[in-house]
Amino acid sequence: MTTLYTADHEWLRIEGDVATIGVTDYAQSQLGDVVFVELPKVGRTLKKTEAVAVVESVKAASDVYAPISGEVLEINDDLAAEPALVNSDAAGRAWFFKVKIADESELEGLMDEAAYRKHIA
Amino acid sequence: MLIPEVSVSPPPLKQTPLYALHLGRGGKMVPFAGYDMPVQFGPGVLREHLHTRTSAGLFDVSHMGQIALRPKSGRIEDAARALERLVPQDILALPAGRQRYAQFTNEAGGILDDLMVANLSDHLFVVVNAACKADDEALLSGHLSDLCAIEPLGDRTLIALQGPKAESVLAKYDAEISAMKFMDAGARRLAGLDCFVSRSGYTGEDGFEISVPAQAAEEFAKELLADEAVLPVGLGARDSLRLEAGLCLYGHDLDPSTTPVEGALEWSVQKSRRKGGARPGGFPGADQILKQFEHGAPRRRVGLKPDGRAPVREGALLFADATSLQVIGKVTSGGFAPSLNAPVAMGYLPSSHAAPDTVVFAEVRGQRLALRVTPTPFVPNTYKR
Repeated sequence: MTTLYTADHEWLRIEGDVATIGVTDYAQSQLGDVVFVELPKVGRTLKKTEAVAVVESVKAASDVYAPISGEVLEINDDLAAEPALVNSDAAGRAWFFKVKIADESELEGLMDEAAYRKHIA
Repeated sequence: MLIPEVSVSPPPLKQTPLYALHLGRGGKMVPFAGYDMPVQFGPGVLREHLHTRTSAGLFDVSHMGQIALRPKSGRIEDAARALERLVPQDILALPAGRQRYAQFTNEAGGILDDLMVANLSDHLFVVVNAACKADDEALLSGHLSDLCAIEPLGDRTLIALQGPKAESVLAKYDAEISAMKFMDAGARRLAGLDCFVSRSGYTGEDGFEISVPAQAAEEFAKELLADEAVLPVGLGARDSLRLEAGLCLYGHDLDPSTTPVEGALEWSVQKSRRKGGARPGGFPGADQILKQFEHGAPRRRVGLKPDGRAPVREGALLFADATSLQVIGKVTSGGFAPSLNAPVAMGYLPSSHAAPDTVVFAEVRGQRLALRVTPTPFVPNTYKR
C-alpha cells in the first residue's frame, strides 16, 4: 500500500487498482471547522483535475479536484452526518471516495510523503 | 483541493492598537477594509462563535470609524437637527444617554452606510463602518459643518465585549454598568480610563461596546481577556454571529441600491420622519423612501433557511422554482449557523415571494437547492431591555 499526494493537498492510498482519496491534515488545518462535504455520485467517471467534491468551512467553500481519472466505486457516507471528521481524522476516517484507477501513468506525477512535506514546509 | 486565499499583498494594511495583542494570541490575520485584522484565533470560528453565545467574546472593532459631532452653539438639539439632514431617523428625540441605529441615504433613497448614533449630552457620538469612514467624514463635513464641528476620534479604540457573561466581567470595573439597558450609552470611567460605553453590539447577544483611549487599549483588552470567561473572537465568528442575529452587513446586505424599506429596516425609521409625522422627510431620498412606506417596495430583504445541510453563499442566484431560468433574487449573506448546526442565509426577493414559508430555489454548483423564507433573527436575541 502506497500513499501519494497532490500539490492541491489531496492524498491517495493505492491498493491494487483502487485509490482511496481524501484531503490532507495540512489542508484541514488551513480550512478550519468543516461543516459540509459534498461528494461525487457512485458510478460517476471522473476526469483528472475536474472539480468533483466540495469542502465547506463556516466561512468558505473549497473545491476538491480529481487527482486521477476513473470511476467512483464508493463514497464515505459518514462525512454527510459528521463533516467535522475532516478536522479530527483527515488522513483516516475522513476519506472522501474510492476510484478505480483508469490510467496508472497518472500516478507518476504525484508526490510521496517526503516530497509533500517539503511542498507544505 | 485549493486552500482559500487568506492574505494578499497590496496596499499596506493599517493596524489597530490591538494588533500586537492579536498576534500574541495566535490571531490568523487577514486584510479587511484596509486593516490587518484577525479572522480567527486558535479555537477557530465555530468555538469562538459558541463561546460568545455561552460566555463572552472580545472583539476588536477599532477599524470602525468613531466620530464626535459637537454643536457649535453648545446645544445638542442643533447637532441632532443637523444630522437629521442625512438620515431618516429621529435624532432630535433621542434622549441623552441613548443610542440608535441609523442609515445615511442618497438622493435615490439608497443606503450609503449604516451607523450607530449616541446622544452623549454635549455631543453626538457616531460609529460608522470601516470601509465607509472616509466617505462618511466627507459627507458629514459637507452637510453639517455650519452647525457642528466634525471630529474623527482617531485616538480612540473600540472594543466589543459580547455574550451572557459580558455584564459580570465589566461590572468589576463599574457596578453601575449593570443598570444599563440595551442601547443605553454614556461616558464611564473603567480601570481609570475615560471611556464611552454603550450596551449594544452586533452579535444578537447582550453586551457592550467600549471606546477607550488608544494608548491604553492594549492594556485594557489584556485585563478583560485575563477573565476566564472571555476569549478573543475574530471577524469570522463576528460574521456568523451577526448573520444568526439577522443583522445586515453593509456592502453585502445593504448598499447604495437598497433603500431602508427594501432592507426591511422600517422599524429603524421613526414615525416622526414619515408622512404625517412631526418632521416628515428632509433627508436624502425622502420622496422615494416615503413612497415605499406607503405603497411597499418591489423587493425585500428576507431570512432564508436552506432545506439541506449545504451552505448557500453570498452571490447565489434565486429562482421561483426548481427549473425556471428567470432569476428573481440573490443571496447577500450566507453561511453556516453554528448555534443551529445548520446553514442560514439572507437575500433579496420580490415582494411576491417574500412572505414567510415561501419556498424558493438557489443555484449552487449547478444544482437547485430549496430555501424557505424565514423570519429573522434565526437565533433569538438576548438584549437586556
